[in-house]
Amino acid sequence: MTDATANTAPAGAGQGSLLIKDSRTAKRNGAEGRFKMYGLIAVCIGIAMLILLLTSILTSGLSAFWQTTIQIEVTLPEEKLDKSGVRDPEVMAKVTTFGYAPLLRDGLEATIAANGIETELSAKDAAELISDESVAQLRNRVLRNPDLIGQTVSVEVMASGRIDGFYKGRVTYASAERDTNISPAQLQLAEALEDKGLLNTSFNWLFLTAPDASDTRPEAAGLGVAILGSLYMMLIVLVLALPIGVAASVYLEEFAPQNRWTDLVEVNISNLAAVPSIVFGILGLAIFINFAGLPQSAPIVGGLVLTLMTLPTIIIATRAALKSVPPSIRDAALGLGASRMQSVFHHVLPLAMPGILTGTILGLAQALGETAPLLLIGMVAFVREYPEAPWEGGLFDPATALPVQVFNWTQRSDPAFVERASGAIIVLLVFLLLMNLTAIFLRRRFERRW
Amino acid sequence: MYDMRLTERVLDTETDKPKITAKGVQVYYGDTHAIKDVNVDIADKTVTAFIGPSGCGKSTFLRCLNRMNDTISIARVEGDIRIDGEDIYDKRVDPVQLRAKVGMVFQKPNPFPKSIYDNVAYGPRIHGLSRNKSDLDEIVENALRRAALWDEAKDRLSQPGTGLSGGQQQRLCIARAVATAPEILLMDEPCSALDPIATAQVEELIDELRQSYSVVIVTHSMQQAARVSQKTAFFHLGHLVEYGETGKIFTSPEDPRTESYISGRIG
Amino acid sequence: MPLSWILLILAVIGTIAFLMARSRAIATVDGDARRLHSLPIYYGLNGALMALTPALGLLAIWLLVQPILLDRSILADLPAGAVPDGGTAALVMSDVRRVADGIDSGISSGSFTRDELRDLSVEDVGGLLASEGTALGSALTGEVLTAATSYWQARSSLSWIMTIAVIGLALIGGAWAVSRSRGEFRARNVVERGVLILMIAAASIAILTTLGIVLSLLFETANFFRQYSWTEFFFSTTWSPSFSGRGGASQLGILPLLWGTLYISTIALIVAVPIGLFAAIYLSEYAGKKFRSVAKPLIEILAGIPTIVYGLFALITVGPFLRDAFASPLGLGNSASSVMTAGLVMGIMLIPFVSSLSDDIINAVPQAMRDGSLGLGATKSETIRQVIVPAALPGIVGAVLLAASRAIGETMIVVLGAGAAARLDLNPFEAMTTVTVKIVSQLTGDTDFASPETLVAFALGLTLFVITLGLNVLALFIVRKYREQYE
Repeated sequence: MTDATANTAPAGAGQGSLLIKDSRTAKRNGAEGRFKMYGLIAVCIGIAMLILLLTSILTSGLSAFWQTTIQIEVTLPEEKLDKSGVRDPEVMAKVTTFGYAPLLRDGLEATIAANGIETELSAKDAAELISDESVAQLRNRVLRNPDLIGQTVSVEVMASGRIDGFYKGRVTYASAERDTNISPAQLQLAEALEDKGLLNTSFNWLFLTAPDASDTRPEAAGLGVAILGSLYMMLIVLVLALPIGVAASVYLEEFAPQNRWTDLVEVNISNLAAVPSIVFGILGLAIFINFAGLPQSAPIVGGLVLTLMTLPTIIIATRAALKSVPPSIRDAALGLGASRMQSVFHHVLPLAMPGILTGTILGLAQALGETAPLLLIGMVAFVREYPEAPWEGGLFDPATALPVQVFNWTQRSDPAFVERASGAIIVLLVFLLLMNLTAIFLRRRFERRW
Repeated sequence: MYDMRLTERVLDTETDKPKITAKGVQVYYGDTHAIKDVNVDIADKTVTAFIGPSGCGKSTFLRCLNRMNDTISIARVEGDIRIDGEDIYDKRVDPVQLRAKVGMVFQKPNPFPKSIYDNVAYGPRIHGLSRNKSDLDEIVENALRRAALWDEAKDRLSQPGTGLSGGQQQRLCIARAVATAPEILLMDEPCSALDPIATAQVEELIDELRQSYSVVIVTHSMQQAARVSQKTAFFHLGHLVEYGETGKIFTSPEDPRTESYISGRIG
Repeated sequence: MPLSWILLILAVIGTIAFLMARSRAIATVDGDARRLHSLPIYYGLNGALMALTPALGLLAIWLLVQPILLDRSILADLPAGAVPDGGTAALVMSDVRRVADGIDSGISSGSFTRDELRDLSVEDVGGLLASEGTALGSALTGEVLTAATSYWQARSSLSWIMTIAVIGLALIGGAWAVSRSRGEFRARNVVERGVLILMIAAASIAILTTLGIVLSLLFETANFFRQYSWTEFFFSTTWSPSFSGRGGASQLGILPLLWGTLYISTIALIVAVPIGLFAAIYLSEYAGKKFRSVAKPLIEILAGIPTIVYGLFALITVGPFLRDAFASPLGLGNSASSVMTAGLVMGIMLIPFVSSLSDDIINAVPQAMRDGSLGLGATKSETIRQVIVPAALPGIVGAVLLAASRAIGETMIVVLGAGAAARLDLNPFEAMTTVTVKIVSQLTGDTDFASPETLVAFALGLTLFVITLGLNVLALFIVRKYREQYE
């Protein structure tokens, strides 16, 4: 009987005083504490990884923003650089970099001598302290300003990658012993120059503006073309993905009838959002390059591929923003005799705009960091020429992109390129940070509670 | 012992020591003062009903009795609540241990997405009430019998509890609460989500449970309070307005507010 | 005429059509805009839409179709001897196109004229083009030059025809809209119908993208299997492509790549699932408001970091550390890129992914479940382990499947962290490679779309697409079912 069982019910957990903890409760509380600890550890691991990741990139990349330079006095003789004497840059351009290289070598030798530095190195070996890129820079400077010819000018030239590495801790006397590209004597000379105040470190603007450089000149490699290429692609993504994404979302959210076609489109969009990015690269290669005959390495192809990749993100965000506009707004507009299209375009869309823009910026940020699909459409090529302005067909010129440039540099053998790659990542992360801050600002500024 | 008029009068009619005594209980939700100075004694082996208009604080007060308010971070409880003379808000008291002693049944049937058997066995398992499988089987069977669910459920113990009908689900939740062998059962509007037939079954069950437990039930239905309870407390705007024998409250209430509520003027 | 000019002219025509249609509509009602059926702007918009949409559509289709048809006709006219032994028609065509481009730029920069070109010998043209910066795959031959000249001629005349056709269509469309612009014309309805059609077209781009992916993968994969046996591809345990042109048979078995992919993904999930799940549980069930408001965004930052950054992290930090701390001392190898490196770093990448998905899913479990369990005297952890997690299990499984799909399709981390050697091995400190790495390596650099070594990338891509699509569909299905249960 129920009564009988009730009275002989087994000892319950709550028997006895509440003020005395039984051993089982103590044990259970121990388990509780451990469980909570696992959770805390998991969170801490996540945060620690973030910190580790960022420190590792910062420590190896920050130095890319600094460049060791050497100040030397260079004489620019007329008989070598402009035999005609007319100071016409077109004519002077006939003198190639080979004509300028000896001038720098002599200039360095003279500077060393003038400062009373003793070195056993030959002029040729001493000149290895100077980056090969400096020759081209000197030539450009002279061509821009032919009046310099005949004068002795003081120029700030880039030190070679190894000397730069010496001041960044990458190269040591011990490593120089084993290195065919640098000798301890050259390092001594560098230190002597530093003592005389001729060797300095300054902010490396060229890293942000110069184009890529060949394998042997890591010190000259810059991000100019990559930043421009990324910018072009972001422009294309913005111009294409925002209107198409908004149009598609407005249709699906406000006008689409509930039928199989709509279902198909929706399932498609959520699947596309999860398709591996490299598959989009294959799509770009097969459709845009092989089928439609667009050029390889061009920002237009990269932009189109990234547009297709970003569309699902933008559509999902836009639909969420449209959903958050209460139906009462639509009803109010319809009640005043507005058409459905008018109620959407005059009322719903403006109200959803902050959400749409936030989603678009986050989509752009995702596109900016994307690498794999761009590798397949040839953006990994070595490009030294800046693309033209977009209205002059620059979208079809070969270019590269920030993340691809990072990948490209990781494939080079000189460890100085690791520093460049990390530096490029810092630039990339700064761009991403700015975009995310804009998104957060938009969300905070225009957030509406219904 | 207590100098409050209300409690004295209740104690007069009750020879046993009260199971629960509450003195000067205040509850705050953030800035809202939800319960204002409530004093009440609740007897053992009795059904006590809390009635009152919605938002009057009756559920809040109920949740103080097994410290379920602890799970809401903005809730703050002041005053003195004792079970068998022990302060349940004492620092030494583990709410987990307390809740094993004070079981609770909720407004909406909330069976776990597990089998019927596992639902009932959940409490005994976590509290370690069984030595072996046959022990546990016995506890489950007893609990289901006491919740008047055994006959309906004995052939489908391994099926999910969510597959039962609403009334059966609520009885399953009662069985689940009973299985931990509590001394007090708190019920927060247990029939509000049920149809009249299921309600009648649960009410019958509550009457039987009175034999073994002290039952506290919150209800918005005055008829239900009249049917199942021996004691009734009327809450209004966070105050305990009137407390006494159910029959007396419904036939000759002392406070005009109780009278207006019962006659349907507040609610 | 360059594209930008055509677009500019179209913009001008559109604007004029807008203004004319609007003013004509107002004129037909004697300047009383209230008597119009629609607001004046709709008449203008109708004009602009009618002028621009058909013209832009024609332009897009023309640009897409012209090169294909042109290639085909030039290829058909190419004499049989034009394709050298060992070369392919595609290579010759790309030379033809390059020469045509060279002629184009040469003439537009004024280096030579059309008439001069006709009189020059093949070698001279070759020299001229080279000085203009046109690099060719092989020396210029007479056949190629003839083909290129006719290609160039056809292209420039087609370009003129296109310009005329597009601008003509814009003018006709605009004129038609202006002629219909009268007071009683239901401009708003027509414009709204047009906008709706445009929106449907935008929504269909998603379908077109999928279709494009599937078709391009299927088409090239079919080409691949015409040249390479599918049983070998799916069941061979050796991956050793020979380099193109050097001859010798390639062995293109997918199994070692799948093995590497699965091995790395498994390690990644072993790292990411417990950490992500516990982090989600802690943040949603235990953490105080303040801690959560700091920790949650921090973890989410991990999700916003591009994969190339993780790749570099694997390359410069994790790989060397694992090698020096574990692999070398234990005698398990001395490679910095390894399954472990890629797996660990990918696991870190997936932590926020798993945790934010689990967070959503855990929050979807109704509060009543928690109350029910706590009310029975369960501790929080008992409630989580025995009620919430089992209740949320389908959702969590869905999240893990989505994470697995991410891991399998991830490219940059494995390219930089896992290595390039295809091998079937159990040692986690050994370099292995994945499907995605091989897609990248087979499709970058010099590619020859007639050789199985290049085409295999499409078969790999199709395999990858099918696997990830299967996982995604399954995961989305499970998650959707799970959500319906609590709605």
